[in-house]
Amino acid sequence: MSTHNGGQPAILAEGLHKRFGDTRALAGLDLSVGAGEVLGLLGPNGAGKTTAVRILSTLLAPDAGRARVAGLDVVRDAAAVRARIGLTGQYTAVDQHLTGRENLEMFGRLYHLPRATARRRADELLERFGLTDAATRPAKTYSGGMNRRLDLAASLIVEPPVLFLDEPTTGLDPRSRIAMWDLIVELVAAGTTLLLTTQYLDEADQLAHRIAVLDAGRVIAEGTSDELKRQVGGERIELTVARGASLPDAERILREHSHGDVHVDPDTRLLAAQTDGGARSLADVVRDLDDAHVQLDDIGLRRPTLDDVFLALTGHGAQAPEGTGAPAGTQAPGDPPASADTQVPVGTRPETGAQ
Amino acid sequence: MNAVESTAPRSPRLREEPPAPARAPLRRRLYWTAHDSLVLTERTLRLTTRIPELLVFSIIQPVMFVLLFRYVFGGAIHIGNSVSYVNFLMAGIFVQTVAFGGVTTGVGLAHDLDSGLIDRYRSLPMSHFAVVLGRTAADLVRNVFTVVVMFAVGFAVGFRPLGSPTDWLAAAALLLLLSFTFSWIGACVGLAVRNVEAVQSAGFIWLLPLTFTSSAFVPSATMPNGIRQFSEAQPVSQIVDAVRAWTLGQPVGSHGAVAVAWCVGILVVFMPLAARLFKRAGGKV
Repeated sequence: MSTHNGGQPAILAEGLHKRFGDTRALAGLDLSVGAGEVLGLLGPNGAGKTTAVRILSTLLAPDAGRARVAGLDVVRDAAAVRARIGLTGQYTAVDQHLTGRENLEMFGRLYHLPRATARRRADELLERFGLTDAATRPAKTYSGGMNRRLDLAASLIVEPPVLFLDEPTTGLDPRSRIAMWDLIVELVAAGTTLLLTTQYLDEADQLAHRIAVLDAGRVIAEGTSDELKRQVGGERIELTVARGASLPDAERILREHSHGDVHVDPDTRLLAAQTDGGARSLADVVRDLDDAHVQLDDIGLRRPTLDDVFLALTGHGAQAPEGTGAPAGTQAPGDPPASADTQVPVGTRPETGAQ
Repeated sequence: MNAVESTAPRSPRLREEPPAPARAPLRRRLYWTAHDSLVLTERTLRLTTRIPELLVFSIIQPVMFVLLFRYVFGGAIHIGNSVSYVNFLMAGIFVQTVAFGGVTTGVGLAHDLDSGLIDRYRSLPMSHFAVVLGRTAADLVRNVFTVVVMFAVGFAVGFRPLGSPTDWLAAAALLLLLSFTFSWIGACVGLAVRNVEAVQSAGFIWLLPLTFTSSAFVPSATMPNGIRQFSEAQPVSQIVDAVRAWTLGQPVGSHGAVAVAWCVGILVVFMPLAARLFKRAGGKV
């Protein structure tokens, strides 16, 4: 690879490998993020997302491969890289006994800002992140969302050109999550290059220009959110017919407005099929079923979940064992059972592998 | 940005890579190391004021030792006619209190590792050495406070120092050096063991026998062969003997020089070790 000052990517990883004992966390990771671009690194627990972020943010040296951030090698020029990045990890890395302002001031001074500048910058960030009222309270009294905002503010003290956010909304309630999204959108609008890891497809969908799907330490698919969803098969119409209504009629009508197989489960009277038409197809199905007097208990348009993406891309569910990508059944002890049809949000558990 | 391609490769490695940005000159690096250490010392001390329980409990333990040895064991311990047991005891108490203080350093670092704070420090363009230096310096300040309290407690139970002010300064200086030295050992334990509870235990298991098998509470001469030689030779005894001689106005002999040599020797080993362990701290938890 040749490096030139002009069009080089803000983040570039080539063939990164990292192993922790028997666990292979990264197995040849390649990534490229252009300046000002947002890349969503999407993957289940143990896919290697955190390890990738830790290597790119100089916290961890790769076993093999190399990476450049802001044009600098993350191993050889680590110190210079650190002056150009911001990192918000999965855990709130602020001092819980210090107040919000004290935390930001301390980090500002560790960025070598003069005391007065650090103080002014802390106040600016507190204001911008809606923490002014809580500025003099210890961080341990903050809600989860406030703590995350404080943590994000701490990564933005010097307005780094490259920002890493490792699962910025995991564990947040929906309202805090959306507030966090708004903050991230603002940052990106200001031109920050962002690498964001997430377990939620909708989060990557909302925030990222491009998504890289990570499994067992390597990128298995890459593209825009629409491209990925198309790969997975797009949206599905799912309906449950009322007891006593005609299943064959419902199946016939659903087939007319969808493509591929119509999945029928006679026991639960659930029918499902893929569609390209979105809400329009849904409306057509509802109308035709109504005309045919087929009564429904439930009908809806289901968008692909991370599990669907994973199932389609890897043949196994998103609850793959930690860091290995091995089939279910060989997973580490203490891990919840892997299941391809688990529909719980895959991000509800803290990542335990490959920290 | 420094991504300028090198036209005249000096080594195969450099052929396709830009030269690394030159490291800042040593003086500048030292300045920022000191600066960052001070910022973190301030943070750790502020923390101490936010969690006063920690300070209170770190004082209760040595106070209990003073009372136990002064009033429970002391009556059975005879150390000769020239010195009262409480006067003999306090040098041991000072040294043990300060040595135990090193465990706090390790626990604090393990806590910062656990909370992710150290990860943030490591991602900042700051001196990483300062993370440990800042904490050992803060623990030095805390130990000054603890020793002053112990002095008052000792005085209340009959401790009457006899040395000159110069002797006293020498004793205080050695205790500070001891505090700093054992904090670096504690830092290594904290960074290597990492789990807060485990660091707490790992910090004490070797300190208890080391401080008790010394001249801290009883004269080494009363110990059986083997143990006596160990006690006489090991650093804690040397430090205790020096501090004791200074507090009681007795001739210090070689103890002072040997004690300082031990501390410097330990620092020479443990400071670089802590720096290495810190670098490794980004690995799997």
